Amino acid sequence: MSDTSDTGPVLAADGTPLKRSLRRALRAQKMRALALIAPLLIFVLVAFIAPIADMLFRSVENQIVGNTLPMTVEELRDWDGEELPEETTFRALYFDLFLASEAKEHTKLGSRLNYEESGVSSLFRTTGRDVDDMGEVFQDALEEISPEFEEAQVWYDMMSGGEGADSNERLLSNQIGRLEQLESDIYSGDVGFVPGAAISDILPNTARAYSAFAAFVHFIDEDVVAEEDPWEAVYAALALDLEDPGTVTALATYDGPGADILRQAAAAELPPVDMQTAFIESNEDWSRVEYWEVIQTYSPPYTTGYFLNAVDMEKTTEGIALRDEDERIYGILFKRTMFMSMMITFSCIALGYPIAWILANLPARTANLLMILVLLPFWTSLLVRTSAWKVMLQQQGVINDVLVWLGLVADESRLVMINNQFGTIVAMTHILLPFMILPMYSVMQTIPPSYLRAAKSLGATPFTAFRRVYFPQSVPGIGAGSILVFILAIGYYITPEIVGGTTGTFISNRIAYHISTSLNWGLAAALGSILLAVVLILYWAYDKIVGIDNVKLGG
Amino acid sequence: MSVMTLTPIEKKPLSFALPVIGAAGAFAGLFVGTSHGSGLMGIVVGAVALMALGFVALQVLGLSMEKPVRWGIIALFTIAGVLLAGVPGFVLGVLFGWFFAFFIYWIGEGRYRANLAPYLTGGQVLWHYSFRVLCGAIFVFLITPILVVMPLSFNAENFFTFTPEMLRFDPAGYSLKHYEDFFTSSGWQQALRNSLAIAPVATLLSVSFGTLAAIGLSSEHVPFRRAIMAILISPMIVPLIISAAGMYFFYSRIGLQGTYMGVVLAHAALGIPFVIITVTATLVGFDRSLTRAAANMGADPVTTFFRVQMPLILPGVISGGLFAFITSFDEVVVVLFVGSANQQTLPWRMFTGLREQISPTILAVATILVAISIVLLATLEMLRRRSERLRGMSPG
Repeated sequence: MSDTSDTGPVLAADGTPLKRSLRRALRAQKMRALALIAPLLIFVLVAFIAPIADMLFRSVENQIVGNTLPMTVEELRDWDGEELPEETTFRALYFDLFLASEAKEHTKLGSRLNYEESGVSSLFRTTGRDVDDMGEVFQDALEEISPEFEEAQVWYDMMSGGEGADSNERLLSNQIGRLEQLESDIYSGDVGFVPGAAISDILPNTARAYSAFAAFVHFIDEDVVAEEDPWEAVYAALALDLEDPGTVTALATYDGPGADILRQAAAAELPPVDMQTAFIESNEDWSRVEYWEVIQTYSPPYTTGYFLNAVDMEKTTEGIALRDEDERIYGILFKRTMFMSMMITFSCIALGYPIAWILANLPARTANLLMILVLLPFWTSLLVRTSAWKVMLQQQGVINDVLVWLGLVADESRLVMINNQFGTIVAMTHILLPFMILPMYSVMQTIPPSYLRAAKSLGATPFTAFRRVYFPQSVPGIGAGSILVFILAIGYYITPEIVGGTTGTFISNRIAYHISTSLNWGLAAALGSILLAVVLILYWAYDKIVGIDNVKLGG
Repeated sequence: MSVMTLTPIEKKPLSFALPVIGAAGAFAGLFVGTSHGSGLMGIVVGAVALMALGFVALQVLGLSMEKPVRWGIIALFTIAGVLLAGVPGFVLGVLFGWFFAFFIYWIGEGRYRANLAPYLTGGQVLWHYSFRVLCGAIFVFLITPILVVMPLSFNAENFFTFTPEMLRFDPAGYSLKHYEDFFTSSGWQQALRNSLAIAPVATLLSVSFGTLAAIGLSSEHVPFRRAIMAILISPMIVPLIISAAGMYFFYSRIGLQGTYMGVVLAHAALGIPFVIITVTATLVGFDRSLTRAAANMGADPVTTFFRVQMPLILPGVISGGLFAFITSFDEVVVVLFVGSANQQTLPWRMFTGLREQISPTILAVATILVAISIVLLATLEMLRRRSERLRGMSPG
């Protein structure tokens, strides 16, 4: 621009400064590119990244204890873990467990806690059956005192405080919230019942139990509250309330519906409320402090328990400790997965290197023909190759048949090559070999053969020339192939499942087992997260060494 | 060909040729011997017989009689094979005879040095050929499992191994019954239909989204290019079992678990990295001035895309699509968790078949799948060549 004396900004055709015009054009281009990428990015985020995030979340999530036993968890917060919890804790557990067993959620909690301490599952199951009987004692006693306690409508009027009474909306919405947590659902709408404010002051436990009952009847059973007989737990709650001398004095001046039968009940002799004894009678394991410790330890909404479990550790009252020698399985499994993946990687290097070398050094025509022998297995379905190995390796299989036919192995002592580590390593080496050969081949193709000749003409022996000149240049190929094979091997599931038996399985088989058989999803998620972390570190290394943009497919 | 004149091809002394030939004979004899009871006997007989044959061929009859001698050796081995092991022996006899007829002259006449540099020492020549044999063995390792499956799928029995009838090449030992079973069994047909209902839709999804995104990614002005790339490639890197676990958890939360839609979405996600990688690679060679030229001549972006850009990158798109298709078509782990019995695909059925009761129908299916993969491989190779040709044509 030396021929212009004008020092002002250079202008574009439409008169705007060129700089701004350029910036705008660039921004438009950027937006266009992003708009093109956005649909896919959103798709992958929803269909793939969100599931992975969900898995990570599940590996620490532990809301089931707090959701199922909210009051018990509250009571246990300050428990010292030394001796059996007090009666109040047992009462809280009774009301929690009653609602949970009505919703059939207590068995889920039982199986969840059973992962941490075996025996909890049956504890919850048996006592869940008995909670009705525990309350029935009080129901029978109360109905003895006044048959009006049998009437659904009487209860309804009594608890709602009659027409036009002040209501206690908060208590009801608390109970609906409790139900929502328990059922992992959202409920809205009119229950058709609101506890009266006065009555819930006098009979706090009864009002709470009846509100929970009402919410359950309305939302889960979808019935009308006023027509249903209350649960046994409501009677138990009333007995509990009537034990308090304060309640009796308050009732003396109360004039809402049902006041007279309540006074009648207060004056009469009711069986004492002793939930501790009732629970221990139902299942004497309730007297064992260990089980209470488990409930207390796993009551926070998030836990490291699954991760500790996945590395063979457990939470004890003294803190975190290794599990007993005979309970440690995941350490062995992780070590075995690592060891076998490494064996597979080394076998792939040993078998892949000569092949890559010969493919890179043969004339192009021959090399292309031989390349088909590498690409055909690469393209063949994984299951085809796995079934082929099953056919080859089994005791009545092709390899054993050939060996017997040749007389190298006696018919009665056929080799056991399947359902063990050997089978998995052989089959997976075959399956992953192309992933080793292809990156090695693309690196070796770039090494000029004249270097080797030059080294030899300078006096190197063929071995020295290979070791000092060729091999160092081929190392990037080995690195790329090894990481690729290792990443793929460490997460393999299908092949170990079919040819691995019990000793040749990987951590992924254990993950699958926990998802589909033992249903311990949290542990499966924790194992998966650890595996994912290992793979991501390797992936990062791969990216540093090779670069993801350089991933090539099929040569 | 100039190398040929440099390399000395000369007759080797018998003192070298006969022991080598004898050693090869001893090696072959060892196997024949062990299968008939005595390995030692086999070694001795093999070595002596081969040395005698070598002496007759090289010394007595000489080069002029090479052709008839070769045929003679093949005939001799064939007869010996039939006598020793019947019909399978016939095949092995022909192969061994052909090999040894070649080997005797190859060693005896020094032909093995024909394609090598003349200055190589004996040890280096030996290494050269041992290395070739080693590579050959590895190639055999690579291809044998696939080749073994094919004849076994024609087995007349419900066995997973070669029956004596098959080895005798008795037509009664072979049948198409496993193929018949595959084509008539409602379970397998349903599985095939499921696979064919899932894979194309998943492919379509990943190709359409993936191509657009690859075009976007190829622009120089994309912010966070590396991070976006890492996210899009991640389904290929994360182990399948982890993807399957995560999808199982998440899809059952949102009600997609056990539905056709869920499986399609999962498979599309798994196929995306392949589309991205292949299409991005094709776009590297795409000349951007072509789109500018098209715009210059008045084409709107959509026309430019369909009339100019798309035809040029089509080979890459198709091969990415093939990758995505085969990913979905072969996939077991994710469909095992995300799908329900109604979405049972071909690989799923093969997997349960392999794990529980094993029926050779699986081998028939395997053979069909190998045939499909050969077709796919050929298509891909064709596309690659076409793409290279197209790129060669485009300027710059």
